[in-house]
This record gives sequence, structure tokens and C-alpha cells, in this order.
Amino acid sequence: MSEGLTREMLALRVAAELTNRRYLNLPERRLVVNLGFGLPAEICSYVPPDAPLFFHGENGCLGYGPLADEGEQDPDTINGGSLMVTLQPWASFVSSADAFGMIRGGQVDVVVLGGLEVAANGDLANWKVTGRKSGGVGGATDLCTGCRHVIVAMEHQTKHGEPRLVERCSYELTGAACVDLVITNLAVVQVTPDGFLLRETAPGVSVADVQAATGAPLRVAADVREMEF
Amino acid sequence: MDLPVFDDPIAALHDIPEGASVMIGGFGSAGMPYDLLVGLVERGSRGLTVIGNSPGRRGARPDFSPLFKVPGVVTFWRGSFGVLPPLSQESFFEERHNAGDLDAEIMPQGTLAERIRAGGAGIGGFYVRTGIGTPFAEGKEIRTIDGQEYVFETPIRADFALIRAYQADTVGNLVYRRAQRNFNIMMATAADTVIAEVDEVMPVGSLDPERIETAGFLVHRIYQRGGGRPA
Repeated sequence: MSEGLTREMLALRVAAELTNRRYLNLPERRLVVNLGFGLPAEICSYVPPDAPLFFHGENGCLGYGPLADEGEQDPDTINGGSLMVTLQPWASFVSSADAFGMIRGGQVDVVVLGGLEVAANGDLANWKVTGRKSGGVGGATDLCTGCRHVIVAMEHQTKHGEPRLVERCSYELTGAACVDLVITNLAVVQVTPDGFLLRETAPGVSVADVQAATGAPLRVAADVREMEF
Repeated sequence: MDLPVFDDPIAALHDIPEGASVMIGGFGSAGMPYDLLVGLVERGSRGLTVIGNSPGRRGARPDFSPLFKVPGVVTFWRGSFGVLPPLSQESFFEERHNAGDLDAEIMPQGTLAERIRAGGAGIGGFYVRTGIGTPFAEGKEIRTIDGQEYVFETPIRADFALIRAYQADTVGNLVYRRAQRNFNIMMATAADTVIAEVDEVMPVGSLDPERIETAGFLVHRIYQRGGGRPA
């Protein structure tokens, strides 16, 4: 089996979901999108320049654009993943209290988060690893509770080959029953009331490959297909 | 109407006693009163409760790690991060925590922000859905409102708040630049003594009232930075 998508291709597939909305059931013309720490925070550089998206940073940076090139980096212009960004013409700034009010109040349509584990019932764990006394949650719990759609972008397996899509999370939870869509280097998987549903496989990856790498029952959509970007 | 203006961070922090609670603003590289933070350590502060977003990690600048390099400065950390990726190396915060030098309370960042806002706004407590079904709701009151479960959260106040803005006038009005606002806006309301670290101190009347986001009566002391960004 191939390794599936590179990191860049995974970011591209997530970016494509924000614009094509194949599995996001949102009628709005313009989407408000929060990008979590790690790879998700770079997705602002992967969407088309004319995409109708407001990027929302929980630090209060609203309407940011692609990551800033070296010559244009400004430490006061950062997104919620602490990456230095450019601004779109529609940018504005608020306090963290107001930014989280938008999240809790349902004004942020989509969040893309990283993950350690996603359970078949949509539980998400991404803030505490075993072996470390403390953890770090940041805005992830607020985001996966408050945002209308939650996309998790992560590797399908750990570097030791253990599944990250599981029956029940073994790590402490970030959010309960909150994940809608999981996009990995191997597949696009929806979380449904009946558990995981495979919608797309990465180029060079078979349905059987994905099932073997998944730690919970994985139903296969009748129209399952290779990923399109 | 004018406030004292300091050009030495340690002098600006002269009356912080052992065991004080101190809020410190900042998110990532933006809005951190870094000179004051370093001054807090260099003056020999001990036993502090520090409230902020992240305790930092090795190699990032500016961040909160100077607070945790020396044992005994901070004995209680309240924030939304303890451990930060990458996990390949222990941070100074983790060294202190693992050694038992300090306690830590990690909470969702939005809850932290709203608890500070509530502390400054006279709100006795509030209900949010954030944390329901996770360890963050454990031990707290859960209430069902309109068929949804909410967890009850209490306000946070502090003895001191160290905040960062771009410009002050001599009366203490503050103007912020871009993503500097983050926690500073709320912390300016939620502490008994508020000390603002700024790049420029302007004559009163020269700041545009449309751009002032912290009123001067909330601020008690101004520290003017020497110029340039922290190394």
C-alpha cells in the first residue's frame, strides 16, 4: 500500500472541502472558518485566492490570508495557530473574549483541527498524551463544541502503525461526539449516527487498505471513489 | 490625571509581593509584555500565581518560558496550555511541573478568556457548553438549560495584570496594534493594579478616541519599552 497523501496533498484536500463543500452541508455563500494548531493552521495558504472564506483566529485576528513570506512577516499579525499571516482586505481585530464568543455563539461555521484519535461516535482526543503530566488544549474544546462543522485532518495511523480512528478514544477527550468529517493521508471518512463511513480513498490506496488501517467498523459508501482535489 | 511612567521594568514592578497573583497578556508572539515578564523573574519574585495563555517552550521568543526556568518564581500556573508541541523536548514549565515545584490548572482557552472577562465585569459565574463530556467538566456543576448540558464556570481576578499595548497616552488610555488585543483587553479590567507595557507614550489628546480600546482609568502604571522587538 502506498503511504497515501503527502502533508501538502492532505492540506490541499482539506482546502478543497472548504471550497467545494462536498460533505459540508452549509448553504451560506461565505463561510467562517477556524484553523487549529499544526497542519490545519497552514490551510489558509492552500485555498484559492478568490475563495469566499473568512478565516477566524481565536486570538482575535479575523479575515487573515495566506501565511506571510519571510520579508512580510509581522509578529503582531498571527493566526490562531500562532503562524504569521497576511491579511485579506476584509480583515479586522477583536479581543480573545469576543473571538470565543463568536465560536460559542455559533457564528463560526467550520473548524479544522488536528487529532490524536477520533472515535466512531465522533469523540475527539487531541490535548493530552500518555506519559506527560500535563496537556495543552488551547481553543480546541471551545472550537469542537461551538463550531457548526468539525473537520479533523490527521494521519490515519500513528508512526507505529496504530489506528487513530477507533471505537473509543484511549486519550482524554477534547470534545464529545463532535467530529463530522475526518480527512487523512489515506481517506475521507464521515462520522454518521451508524459510525464511520468511507467516502473517498487516496490515490494508490484501496478500500481494503483503509479498513485494515482503521480501528473500528468502517462502512463503505455505495459511491466510494478516489479522492478528487 | 497623569500616570507614573517607568523606563525600567523592575522599577515598574516594585510592589509585587511574594505569593501575588499576576495576569500576563499575550498569545503567540503578539501582545506579550515581555520586558515586564523578564523583569518579574530578574527582580526575584517568588511564589506567584500566574494566569496566562501558554507557559511557552524551549526556543520560542518571546514567550513565557523565562518564568519557569528558575524554580520558585511560579507556584501555580493557570492557563490553556501546559504541554505544547513539539513533544520531543520537555519545556521549562514541564521540568517545574514534573519536579513538583508548581501546580497547574489547564482549561479551555475560551473559558479562560471568559472567566477573566467575568472577573472584570462583575459576573458571578456563567454557564457554557465547552467541556461537557470531557475531563474539563469534572467536579463542576452541570445544569441542563433548554435540553442542553452546560458547565458552570467562575470568574478569575488577580492582584496584578501585566498587559501589552502599542501606544498609551499619559493618562493611561491604550491603543492596540492588530492581534495584540487577545487577553490584554480583559486583563485590563480584572486586576487590582494594571501595568501596561507600550512602545510609545503620547501626550493626552493625541490618541484618536475611536481607536482607544482600554480607557485610562483602568490602568495604574505605564512602562515604556526602549524600542525594538524582544530578541
